[in-house]
Amino acid sequence: MTELVITQATVRAGDAALVRDASFRFSGGELVVLLGPNGAGKTTLLRAALGLTALTQGSATLDGVATQTLPAAARARAVAYLPQQRPLAWPAPVRDVIALGRYAHGAAVGRLGALDTKAVDEALAACDLAPFAQRATDQLSGGEQARVHFARALAAQTPLLIADEPVAALDPYHQLRVMNLIRDYVQAGGGALVVLHDIALAARFADRLLWMRQGEIKASGTVAETLTEDRLAEIYRVTARVRGTEIDILDAL
Amino acid sequence: MDRSRPLLIGLSALTALGVGCACLLGTTPMSAGDVLAALTGTGAAGNQVVIWQIRLPRALAAFAVGAALGASGAALQGLLRNPLAEPGVLGVSAMAALGATLVLFSGAALAPAWAVPVAATVGALVATALLTAAAVRTRSTVTLILVGVGLSSFAAAAMSLLMNLAPHPFSLADMINWMLGTVANRSFADLALCLPLMLAGLLVLYASRRGLSALTLGDEAAAGIGLNLRRQRQLVILGAGLATGSAVALAGAVGFVGIVAPHLVRPWVRYDPARTLVPSALLGGVILVCADIALRLIPTPNELMLGVVAALIGAPCFVWIAMQRRALHD
Repeated sequence: MTELVITQATVRAGDAALVRDASFRFSGGELVVLLGPNGAGKTTLLRAALGLTALTQGSATLDGVATQTLPAAARARAVAYLPQQRPLAWPAPVRDVIALGRYAHGAAVGRLGALDTKAVDEALAACDLAPFAQRATDQLSGGEQARVHFARALAAQTPLLIADEPVAALDPYHQLRVMNLIRDYVQAGGGALVVLHDIALAARFADRLLWMRQGEIKASGTVAETLTEDRLAEIYRVTARVRGTEIDILDAL
Repeated sequence: MDRSRPLLIGLSALTALGVGCACLLGTTPMSAGDVLAALTGTGAAGNQVVIWQIRLPRALAAFAVGAALGASGAALQGLLRNPLAEPGVLGVSAMAALGATLVLFSGAALAPAWAVPVAATVGALVATALLTAAAVRTRSTVTLILVGVGLSSFAAAAMSLLMNLAPHPFSLADMINWMLGTVANRSFADLALCLPLMLAGLLVLYASRRGLSALTLGDEAAAGIGLNLRRQRQLVILGAGLATGSAVALAGAVGFVGIVAPHLVRPWVRYDPARTLVPSALLGGVILVCADIALRLIPTPNELMLGVVAALIGAPCFVWIAMQRRALHD
C-alpha cells in the first residue's frame, strides 16, 4: 500500500521556521484532518510532503522514495493534490477540467484514451456532475466548482489524496457533500489528508486529527483522544465546551 | 463541442486562398492563369519575376511572421494565464527589435547575415525570461503588463540612443521599420535566414502544449497534477523567444496579432490552450497575409506599414478584451 511518510521535517524561509520538526505518516483507508490556526504552516507542510517545497531538514518519502526526487508525473500518479481553490484561467467545460486530472497518465484534454475516458466518466458520476459535463466551469456555483475540482482529483485514481481547505467558503450543504465524497474515497481504500478550519466538521469525519500550531505538530490522534477543551485553548486560543464530538466555541482567550 | 478539426481545415483553406490572392493582386495586373503559369515556371519572364521575387516571398513572409506571433501569443497567454499577454504588448517584440538594431549599429558590414536574427532572438529571450520571472514573483496581471510597458519603453529609448550615436546614416525610417514592421521587399534569402529559428521555436511551443492545458488550473494545481513547472516555463520562454525574435528579424515588430488570433480561436477549441496553439498560428498568418494585401491595394501616397494596419485592427481588440475581463481573475 502506498504510504507517505514525513520524518522530522523542517522548512525555513530566511530566519523563520514555517514548519519545525514535523513527523507523521498516512496511507490508504484513513481520513486524516490537519487542524490549526491561520499561519500555522499547514499549507507549507502539505507542499513539503509533496516535494513542492524544499525541506531544510528531515525527509518526506513516498514508499521510501523522497518526494522531491520523484518525477512530477510519478508523484501525481500516487498522490492527488487539491490546493486552495483559485479561479480557472479559461472558461473550460467541466468535463475538460476533470480530464486534466488524467495529465500524469499522459492524457491530453482533447485526446483521451479509453482508460482516461472511463476515469473521467466515473468521476463525473461520483460527484453528480454528469448533467454539467458540457457547462462552462465559470458558470457554476462555488459548491459545484468545488465538486469539479474534487472530481478532477478523483479522476487521477490515486491511492492518496491531499486537499487544502476543500470546503472553504462553502455553505453547510456543500461542505457536507464534499466531505461525504472524501469519506467515500477513503472507504473505497484511498488515504486522505485534509486541511479543515471547521472543528466540528473535522470531528465528524476524521479518523485521526493532526493539530498544528506555529509550525509544529502539537498532537496527533483520534477525535476521542485529542479533541479536548485544553487542546482548543492551546491550538486556537479559544475557550470551548467539548462533549464527545459536540463543540461549543465560547470566546477568544 | 470540439470544433478544432473543422477549424484547422478551414484555416488551412484560408491560408491557401490568402497566399493565392496575394500572388494574384497587385499593381501589375495578372490573371489567375498567369499566376499559375508563373508559379509552375512556364509563364512570361516578367510575371515569373513578379511572383517569385516579389509577391510570393512577401506573402510567405507575412504568413510566417503572423504564424510565429500567433503561436507565441497563444503560448504566452497559456503560460501567464492571461488573454492580454502578447509579444508586442509585453515588450518582447521591442526587445527583439533592439537586439537587431544593436547588431546593425555595431557594424552591419562586418556582421554575418545570420547575426541579425540571432540578436533579435536573444533580445526576445531576455524579455520573455524577465517577464516569466516577474509573473512567478507577483502573479499579478497588472504588474506583468507594467513590466511589459517598461521593456517596450526601454527598448524604444535605447534604439533612439543608438540612432543618435550611429556613425553611419541610420535614419528615422530604419527605426520606424523596426518599430512598426513591414514585409515589403522581402526575398527568399531573407526567409531562409529566419525560418530555421522560427520553426525551431514553433516546434518547442508545440512540445509544450499539454503543459499549457495543465496551467488552466493555476500554477499550484498544475504542479499537483504532475506538471514540471520549471521545465514548462523554460520551454515557453525558449519557444516564444525563438519564434518572436525571428519574426521581428524578418519583419520588425508587428503588434497585436498574437492577441487577436488566439482570442478568436479559443471558443472553437473549448478554451483548451493546447488546442489553441496551431489554429492561432494559422489564423495569425492569414490575418497578416490579408492585412498585407489590403495595404498594397489601398492607394496611399506612401505605402502603409504592416504593423500600422495590424495595430489599427488589433489595438481596439486589445482594449475590448481588457474591458471584458472581470477583476476576479487578477
